[in-house]
Amino acid sequence: MPETGEFLEVSIWREQDGDGHFESFQVPRRDNQTILDVVSWVQQQADPTLSYRFACRVGMCGSCAMMVNGAPRWTCRTHVQKVADDNRLEIAPLRNLPVIKDLAVDMDPFFDKWVAAEAVFEPSQTRDDPMAPITPQDPMRIAASDAIECINCAVCYAACDVVAANPDYLGPAALNRAWSLVNDSRDDGQDARLKAVSGGGGCHNCHAQQGCARYCPNELNPTLSISGLKRATAKSLLGWGQ
Amino acid sequence: MLNLHLYMAQRLTALIMAPLTVGHLAVMIYAVQGGLSVAEILARTQGSLAWFLFYGSFVFAVSIHAAIGMRAIMFEWLGIKGTALSLISWGVCLLLLVLGGRAVWAVTFAGAGA
Repeated sequence: MPETGEFLEVSIWREQDGDGHFESFQVPRRDNQTILDVVSWVQQQADPTLSYRFACRVGMCGSCAMMVNGAPRWTCRTHVQKVADDNRLEIAPLRNLPVIKDLAVDMDPFFDKWVAAEAVFEPSQTRDDPMAPITPQDPMRIAASDAIECINCAVCYAACDVVAANPDYLGPAALNRAWSLVNDSRDDGQDARLKAVSGGGGCHNCHAQQGCARYCPNELNPTLSISGLKRATAKSLLGWGQ
Repeated sequence: MLNLHLYMAQRLTALIMAPLTVGHLAVMIYAVQGGLSVAEILARTQGSLAWFLFYGSFVFAVSIHAAIGMRAIMFEWLGIKGTALSLISWGVCLLLLVLGGRAVWAVTFAGAGA
C-alpha cells in the first residue's frame, strides 16, 4: 500500500494483570488502510509485545473486534478513513468483557451465555429420518434467515448498555441465536429455550435502544430478534402457542 | 432485572392505563369547556362508584407499572439488587397505591353526602 506521507496518532490500550493505560504510537497513514492494519503495524514495527486477536482478515471469523474511537468495530473490515478523527485513533479492547492482555479480551462470558440461552440446536430427528422439507418461502425459515448470519464477533455485546448495567443479561448475540432456533421447525428444545430466555438475565431486559443493530457488522437486527422472543414467551405464558 | 412475569405485569398494566388516560383527557377537555369549579367536579364524583372504579383501577395499574420501571432503573443505574431491590420496589408500589388511593377516595366517597 502506498504511504501518504501523513501519520496517524494512535492511542492503544495496554493492560497486563489488571493494570492498564493508553500508549501512543505514530503510524504511517496509507491508502485503504484498515484498523487491523494499524494494529498489526504497531505490533510488527513498534512493539512486538502488543497482544491482539485476529484470524481471517476478511470479516468471516469474528475474532478481531475492538473499540475504535469509542465504538465497537470489526477491525479487519473497518477502514481508517471511515473512523479516524483528524488522523487520531483510540483503540481499546471490547467493552463489557474482561481483558486478558492489551486488546485481547476473554470471550468465555460471551459464549457461556449462548449456552445459558439454550442457543444450541436440539435435534428432533435422527440421521435415519428423511430430510425435513423446509421451503425458502416458509415464514419461519425467512425469520431464521434474517438472524442467522452472525459471526460471533461480540460487537453487539460490547455495544449493549443493558449488558454494561446487568452482567447477567444474556446479550444480543445469544438471544439472536435463540430466536433463529425458535424459528427452526426441526428443533425439539423450544420449552427449555423459552424458559432460558425468560429469567432475570433474559430477553425482557432489553430496552430496544438498538445499539446492537447499529453496530452489527453484518447488519443483523438482534433487537428485532429479541422482540420476537418477547412475543414468543408471552404467547407461551398465555397458552397461545407460538 | 426483568423476568417474564414482571415484564407481563408491566405490559398488562400499560394496557389498562392507556384507555383510562385517554378517557381522563377526553373528559377533562369536555368538562372544562364552559369553565368548571371544584364544587362542580366534586358534585359529579362524590358518591360515584363509576369514577371510583375508573380512577381506582388507574391508581392500581400505575402503582404496579411504575414500581417495575423503578425496579429496573434502581438495578441498572444504582446497582441495588437482591432483597433490597425487592423491598424498595414493593415500597414504591405501596406508596403510590396509598397516595393515589387516598386521592381517589377523597374525591369519591370521603365526605360523600356531606
